Amino acid sequence: MIYDRPTFSAISAKAAGACVMALTLWPVAAWAHVGQGGAEGFLAGVRHPVSGLDHVLAMISVGLWGAQLGAPAIWLLPVTFPVVMALGGMLGLLGVQLPGVEIGIALSGVLLGLAVLAECRPPLWAAAAVVGGFAVFHGHAHGTELPAGASGLTYSVGFVMMTGTLHAVGIGIGVIHRWRWGRVALRAAGACVAMAGAFFLWRAFA
Amino acid sequence: MRRRILHRALLAASVLAMPTAVHAHLVTTGLGPLYDGISHFALTLEDLLPALALAFLAGLRGAAAGRLVLFLLPGAWLAGGVAGLVWPTVSTATVPTTVSFIAIGGLVALDARIRPPWVAALALVLGLLHGYLNGSAMSEARLGALGLAGIVASLFVVVAQAAALVVALRAPWARIAVRVAGSWIAAVGLLLLGWSFRPA
Repeated sequence: MIYDRPTFSAISAKAAGACVMALTLWPVAAWAHVGQGGAEGFLAGVRHPVSGLDHVLAMISVGLWGAQLGAPAIWLLPVTFPVVMALGGMLGLLGVQLPGVEIGIALSGVLLGLAVLAECRPPLWAAAAVVGGFAVFHGHAHGTELPAGASGLTYSVGFVMMTGTLHAVGIGIGVIHRWRWGRVALRAAGACVAMAGAFFLWRAFA
Repeated sequence: MRRRILHRALLAASVLAMPTAVHAHLVTTGLGPLYDGISHFALTLEDLLPALALAFLAGLRGAAAGRLVLFLLPGAWLAGGVAGLVWPTVSTATVPTTVSFIAIGGLVALDARIRPPWVAALALVLGLLHGYLNGSAMSEARLGALGLAGIVASLFVVVAQAAALVVALRAPWARIAVRVAGSWIAAVGLLLLGWSFRPA
């Protein structure tokens, strides 16, 4: 079998084709979004409060308890929690040591769950003090676990928004308190939270 | 010969068709300093959040306070901005900015019953501080007075919308939602303060 020797023009055509392919498929970053790092920080902040079941249960319990207590506690508790939690977060960020943080977080689950279970109705200031006291532990834990490299502001915005959303979820669930079966269901939910808190407490000591 | 010309033409065409970055967004390209200023305010939470908090506070305190803030805040922002353009600073002044989050957000959360003149005083302080920092940043970015005008225009619209919305609220739960938003802004400020001073 005889093969034809490739001519100059055939080689040139292949080279040109390869060049065309290479140049048109050349990858270039689009940089379609500005403020790189900002969105990442926001999403990290949104994810952080829901990353631990102990935090989630406590924050939803605040909403449930507020719904049981009615006005003005229904809005005072969710207003108190993020602010005091942010204070705890600030202490954590500053490196201020707080003893027994994990125990405090677990205890918050137990006591808030029991408060919902018993439909406990303390004076408003006492309820706010209990919620605020536990919020310091939650905030401190979040403050010491903040990821490096994220945008501080967008992280904080995402973090606070998600915390508030969890309270809103609790308040939303708490709406069932107006019905008899709803009241029973809320108390049962409180019992579940208290049991979960007891588990976390056991794990904190283990 | 013709084929060679064709190949060279094809190569030239492919070089011309080579994809490059689109720079499709305003901030990277700048459709003029005015638009840069408008987008700067809308995208900069350090400025947007305290301005929103003050608009909420003014709205909670009624239409008179709202009107005062509507004109005083952009006016003070503009005056501070001009000062920043003329005498720029390299300092980012994180602490005063963060304190404005905590103070004004806290006042909204508390639904503090402060009189309109005090709300106006807050507007002056906030506007001068943030305007000065914006003006310094505009000076560094060479956006100049047009960029500042964009910021102030954007600020005016945001304050007008937010304060008017809150003034019109009658349902108690809606006013409580505004107070919750204030508490969130204060909480963000607290976290940001910790973030600013956290040990390396």
